[in-house]
Amino acid sequence: MTIHTVAFNTILIKEIRRFARIWPQTLLPPAITTALYFLIFGRLIGERIGSVSGVSYMDYIVPGVILMSVISHSYANVVSSFYSTKFQHHIEELLVAPVPNAVILAGYVCGGVARGILVGGVVAGIARLFTPIEVQHWDIALAVLVLTATLFALAGFINAVFADSFDAISIIPNFVLTPLSYLGGVFYSLAMLPPIWQTIARGNPILYMINAFRYGLIGVSDVDVTLAFQMTGSVIVLLIVFSLILLHKGVGIKN
Amino acid sequence: MKALAIQNLRKTYDNGFEALKGIDLDVESGDFFALLGPNGAGKSTLIGIISSLVNKSSGQVSLFGHDLDRDNANAKRCIGLVPQEINFNQFETVRNIVLNQAGYYGIPRRQAMPRVEHCLKQMDLWDRRDMVSRRLSGGMKRRLMIARAMVHAPRLLILDEPTAGVDIEIRRSMWQMMQTVNDQGATIILTTHYLEEAESLCRRIAIINNGEIIETSAMNSLLGRIQTDHFVLDMATPLASPPVIAGYTIELVNRSALHVAVPKALGLNPLFHGLTAQGIAIVSMKNKSNRLEQLFIDLVQ
Repeated sequence: MTIHTVAFNTILIKEIRRFARIWPQTLLPPAITTALYFLIFGRLIGERIGSVSGVSYMDYIVPGVILMSVISHSYANVVSSFYSTKFQHHIEELLVAPVPNAVILAGYVCGGVARGILVGGVVAGIARLFTPIEVQHWDIALAVLVLTATLFALAGFINAVFADSFDAISIIPNFVLTPLSYLGGVFYSLAMLPPIWQTIARGNPILYMINAFRYGLIGVSDVDVTLAFQMTGSVIVLLIVFSLILLHKGVGIKN
Repeated sequence: MKALAIQNLRKTYDNGFEALKGIDLDVESGDFFALLGPNGAGKSTLIGIISSLVNKSSGQVSLFGHDLDRDNANAKRCIGLVPQEINFNQFETVRNIVLNQAGYYGIPRRQAMPRVEHCLKQMDLWDRRDMVSRRLSGGMKRRLMIARAMVHAPRLLILDEPTAGVDIEIRRSMWQMMQTVNDQGATIILTTHYLEEAESLCRRIAIINNGEIIETSAMNSLLGRIQTDHFVLDMATPLASPPVIAGYTIELVNRSALHVAVPKALGLNPLFHGLTAQGIAIVSMKNKSNRLEQLFIDLVQ
């Protein structure tokens, strides 16, 4: 095991232990919230809506609800953990040690991905209590899950780098991520929107991820899945490069 | 071999403040080195740059021959830093804080365990290893930062005001610890506002003021420059006015105590002869201030 692998494992284990230790704040709320979504939207209202894109409304919303949880938790884990590391100054433990910037980034991002996927698993487990979904394309579903969690963990990292107060780490989740997730086709198909809104909705990157995941899970999508992968992959590369530049310059963490 | 070599180091902050104005400084391997200066002199900026917490504006820094720019990883491996402010995770246990630090230096967990135990025992924290760090007392928190800094066995230990705000008992035990670490071969750079600490522990000294090194020398040669010692003498019987003895400046501190400026050339014997001749009995005497403190004030003013 190389010294960089040891450093990476140390950061990752520390991150996983952190969100596991505070499980009532990190793992329990999504289970309760999504159970209510499935009960109210999927069961009570969904039975009156009937089918969407050839599947029951309950089955239609399950992929979006799972991915919405993955997005918010992978983002929240990194933004809160890395900002707290800055706030308490123990980022200095990493800065004085011979840990390359790429290892610092990988450690925190993988911690966020781990929480995102774990929460996704919890929500999927809750969904199974309401509907017996049979996964259509395991490979696509898992790839979208990991790529989406990676993308939003990176976004959370960048938010934390720039943040200079606890308010600054809640603005983007509340005013950008949540609206984009709800408007990203979690609860409706693009076909249900007027043409002008369909065009506007196609400018929302989360729409592509949710539809690609929906394709992986139930074989239904409003968008081209290949395009969704290309977009997600490209954004991830851009965010990695930007994060490494920020770390190299010491933005927000060094004088 | 030089533990630390700094050439023409400059730092200007974004707001235009010039914290370091072209510093040159060498610290030999194995030295116990004091870096002194008043608040805002540039000590913390200098330490921040050496330990990669602050970006320098220009200049070169190398540690045991490893340039901080070109051979950053090897340079960092040489340093252990004990910062001024508490900077560990307040929600983590004592053992995990030290264990994680070992991990950041690439020491696998199994290999790090005995080292962590050794460092925590040396800092008298082994019994508290499973305690969440925020529950430690102030002195214990400082000792934890020292244990953390030593876990990868650094060749250069930088202690930035390690004894600030701790009681005298803990301060003494920390002095002993620093001495032991230095005796075991590690180079130590110490910043402190307790000048008697620097005088008793350090062999060499640099004084920084307004971003410039204004003095670098061996502690003995610096102290050798003192021409006048200041003493306070307690008298057996009160006096209304200070006695006059040729060559000495004598003032009343209060009716029962004298402040005497003693030129080194004269020494103490003529003073006591003069006092005895005037029937003044002295019951005790002490240095008015420590010697380094007087020099420090003269240099930075």
